[in-house]
Amino acid sequence: MEKFITKENLNRLAAELAATCRVLAPVADCGTVTFRRFQPGMVMDLHSRMAAVSPKAATFPQTETLLVVKREIPEKKPEIIETLPEGKNVVIGCRPCGARGKLIFDPVYETDKIKDPYYLQRRKNTVFISLACDRPETTCFCHSVGSGPADPSGSDVLLTLVGEGYVARSVTPEGEEIMKMALFADAGDKGKEADAKNAKAREMMGEAHDYASAPAKLLARFDDMDFWLAQSAKCISCGACTYMCPTCYCFNITDDDLGLSSQRIRTWDNCMSHTFTLEGSGHNPRSTKAHRLKNRVGHKFSYYPDLHKGVIACCGCGRCIKQCPAGVDIRQIVNAAQEYAE
Amino acid sequence: MSQLDDLKTAIKSRLGDLECVIGWEQGYDPLHATPLFIRSEADLDRLIIGPLAVHNLATYLTGWKGKKVGVVVKGCDSKSVIELLNEKLINRDDVVIFGLCCDGVVSQRKIRAALPADPGFVESVEIGADSLKVTVAGQAATLRLDDVRADKCRVCDTPDALVSDFLIGKAHTPAPAPSLKCQDEFEAKSDAEKFAFWQETMGRCIRCYACRNACPMCVCRDYCIATSRDPLWVSQENLPSENMMFQMIHVSHLAGRCTECGECERACPVDIPLMLLRRYMNKQVRDVFQHEAGKALDQTPPLLTFKVEEERINERGW
Repeated sequence: MEKFITKENLNRLAAELAATCRVLAPVADCGTVTFRRFQPGMVMDLHSRMAAVSPKAATFPQTETLLVVKREIPEKKPEIIETLPEGKNVVIGCRPCGARGKLIFDPVYETDKIKDPYYLQRRKNTVFISLACDRPETTCFCHSVGSGPADPSGSDVLLTLVGEGYVARSVTPEGEEIMKMALFADAGDKGKEADAKNAKAREMMGEAHDYASAPAKLLARFDDMDFWLAQSAKCISCGACTYMCPTCYCFNITDDDLGLSSQRIRTWDNCMSHTFTLEGSGHNPRSTKAHRLKNRVGHKFSYYPDLHKGVIACCGCGRCIKQCPAGVDIRQIVNAAQEYAE
Repeated sequence: MSQLDDLKTAIKSRLGDLECVIGWEQGYDPLHATPLFIRSEADLDRLIIGPLAVHNLATYLTGWKGKKVGVVVKGCDSKSVIELLNEKLINRDDVVIFGLCCDGVVSQRKIRAALPADPGFVESVEIGADSLKVTVAGQAATLRLDDVRADKCRVCDTPDALVSDFLIGKAHTPAPAPSLKCQDEFEAKSDAEKFAFWQETMGRCIRCYACRNACPMCVCRDYCIATSRDPLWVSQENLPSENMMFQMIHVSHLAGRCTECGECERACPVDIPLMLLRRYMNKQVRDVFQHEAGKALDQTPPLLTFKVEEERINERGW
């Protein structure tokens, strides 16, 4: 289905959907742009810049309560309450790279053996209305990881800015359902203009880098700690890259004691942290930031692709590069491994 | 010779004795610098200095403890080196300090606000004596350096490195502003307004600990009580209250130690104005202990020592 929606109507759409769903949309937030729960009266900021944090939280919130344990009096048996996420979510105005993050989650969170009910429920109940990019940032490389500035995969509706509105294209039946709302008008022949814009955006990205050799080349550097010490020298081992990343799916589980009750929460974990893979004995197989960065880069560009049909666990959004306090560039690290002369 | 040439000559003279010298090079685009670890003369060619060289490289020194390294520091960064030395966190013999006389650095946030398009679309940058000519998304803009300078540079009274083995550049006569408008305005707010501000702002915090790890004085790092699981002092739940709790831990552990280098605020990926807390704490420390961290060698931070009677704390005044 192809339709057209004006800028005003897109904001109205967010307000209308907010009546029945949890709508996440990019809004101006003290000089930056973040995804916030949209309330009628708010104005979306779709164009000034890509949201600082990815829309990952829609399907994988930073804190998820897995269960709650309640005990009214100490003698009584505690009551265990499961807390599966309820309600529908709509993400409006994320970029295609942000929407694609969940495609990396899927093969991990839904296998023959293991199904993660929390993730799957949110995944099923979340619709992504993405906005195609019209110009690449210096940190963008979606075209090198099998995607592009107008990639519909992962989205339910893809919008392309044309004049004072957006050409909307449905990607899934859920997206088509939303596009039946009266706020969407006939697209006329604007589709051609949208195609031309999308083609131009792709052209501006230039030639894609070929990561085909990356899995093997990174594995070849696995025991070369000098390589990883040099690559990780400027890393300060914080979690900005992982928390900004649309595809980072590792989590931690904590039982929070709240007196007579407690809650089991799942929170984003961060492979650059000392506590990541810290064993009960106090031993950590990844004892230094060089080991940790090796794992972070290796996981995305080598181990994951080896396990999942060659798919690179990166959407090329560039957030880890531009939000890194030290300017660590993951592209440079993978390139260095690919170009390493034995 | 230019300041950069002088610096390169100085580094070259010592490079052979050192594991590496930490400086800056151009980063992923012409608007961003990134730390450079110089190990050879070829690396030295990539060295840059100037208004984009924002990182406080003293942050890396504790990670090299026991090895001999060189570090390039601006005036503000040199205060961090002094504080690390005063707290015996690094050895003076292990560090060769290449001190700069600094003309100030930029705030990437102010540049972002001043440009006609997102700095992500930057195409070229020309650095002039007092301006930056930036082309973004096909539009050229000339920014006055004075307009996009980091806040810390406005109140800086130590532009020239306070400790160094080589001091490079022309000495300055600093003319710091007495205070920062943003700080004065914030402190004039009522407690309720401040509380509402932090409630809202800490909702944006993602607890990535970039502020902590970018801080040269936050030396616990891997053993921070905010990430300890046993005992669990701070919940991992991402709530404004827990996030603020962590910030309070950070601020109080830096009382009398913070040199106001501003790295915490610069590192924050979601633009939380953390320096509002730091500057307030430092003011209290100045008032009570008449102490400024990193201003002189051989000082002990007031909370790392003990006096039977503090001159300005009236303990038995009842």
